[in-house]
Amino acid sequence: MPFDRLAVVDVARHYGRRKALSQISFTCEPGEIVGLLGPNGAGKSTLLNILATLLAPSKGRVEYGDRTSDQGGPAVRAQIGMLGHDLFLYPELTAHENLTFFAHLYGLANVPVIVDSALERANLSTRANDYVGGFSRGMRQRVALERALLHDPRLILLDEPFTGLDQASTRALVARLQERRSAGRMIVLATHDLDVVDGVLTRALFLINGKQSADTSAASSLRERYQAAVAGA
Amino acid sequence: MSSFLRVAWVVVKKDLTVEVRSLEILSTTMFFAVTVVLMFSFGLVVDGRPLNDVAAAILWVAIAFSGTLALGRTFERERQHDTLRALLLAPADRPALYVGKLVGILLLLGLVELVLVPLVGLLFNAPVIAQALPLAGLVILGTLGFASVGTLFAAMLVRARSRDVLLPIMLYPMTVPVMIAGVRGTAALFQPTPDPAVAQFWLALLAAFDVVFVTLALWTFEPVMTE
Repeated sequence: MPFDRLAVVDVARHYGRRKALSQISFTCEPGEIVGLLGPNGAGKSTLLNILATLLAPSKGRVEYGDRTSDQGGPAVRAQIGMLGHDLFLYPELTAHENLTFFAHLYGLANVPVIVDSALERANLSTRANDYVGGFSRGMRQRVALERALLHDPRLILLDEPFTGLDQASTRALVARLQERRSAGRMIVLATHDLDVVDGVLTRALFLINGKQSADTSAASSLRERYQAAVAGA
Repeated sequence: MSSFLRVAWVVVKKDLTVEVRSLEILSTTMFFAVTVVLMFSFGLVVDGRPLNDVAAAILWVAIAFSGTLALGRTFERERQHDTLRALLLAPADRPALYVGKLVGILLLLGLVELVLVPLVGLLFNAPVIAQALPLAGLVILGTLGFASVGTLFAAMLVRARSRDVLLPIMLYPMTVPVMIAGVRGTAALFQPTPDPAVAQFWLALLAAFDVVFVTLALWTFEPVMTE
């Protein structure tokens, strides 16, 4: 059963005595792009890993529709697509082999058709049989994004998706995210590229030292709101 | 094909494809195992006669050391590009991922052992051909016991900073029963008058260890992989 709402309820995550996250609460509805913004070490990646069910919260819960990750297991994971900072690709495999491997792992039907259209969307049909290890960062990022979207997930998680991309690749990525948003998918992304996501996000969540900082600034630019949140923390 | 077997097979196929392309783990593991056997043969074979039971011990030392090397490298490959997280994120039964990784390691070690066992027979005058069947049983079951625990620990430690140190520290004490059974069973076969009954006893014990280790690993893989 596809879930139609993500709710993060009072989530905290501790590593021993160090608090990586505390008292994080927010929701994400279909058609929303929520940005997790904050300096390095603010807890953005930790929160994404919790949302991806790869990390268990020390306190609080994450609800995927009417289920938590413990209750959902594989059924919840089947509806999550994640693009990590390290891209999750095997450099020794070709783009086609990487996508085919993940399509089989997700138990998708019509794998050749799905993989061919993913390669087409990544604009890499002509490089399908080249090893990913020989690709530029932008090309690998495009393959990785299509890998994360192969199974048409309801919830899309992206960790620093714009790192190392040129302007054309950034524009293509933004367009792809907006297309997914129009399709009613929920998107949560962590980024430092405030200028790129300004106007793309439906909501911004400022994370400072693992805590949620209030978005109180009346400024119109995301950068000014971010600076105000950092200053107010 | 059931979903469990499909996922395990997909992981095995991917691991073998990557290994065939790079030959990284097979070459280092093979080189290491052959070097261990050669070094010991220079020191422990005098006038063409090895010390008592030494061939069995050397065989299992080589299997354990090269197995540790293979386990570490296999998961290092998954760590380098964070692909282990992608595997764990898939809506697959996590024990199926474990079985896929385990089978990949077993196939790799099987190839190493295909060279290792005849080499031990040659250098230590061990009757590996005459005792081929029971010896194969001991090696297969011993490798399964060792690799089943090793795959679980290597996966658990993949994010630990000192994983290369921790893996042998955790793995060797746990697999001592497997090693003892392997060495004693093999030694019984390599005696001037082989003792199949004793080898049979150790073989049965190895089978029992394997059932326990594989069951425990399948049971604990899911919780230990969720941080």
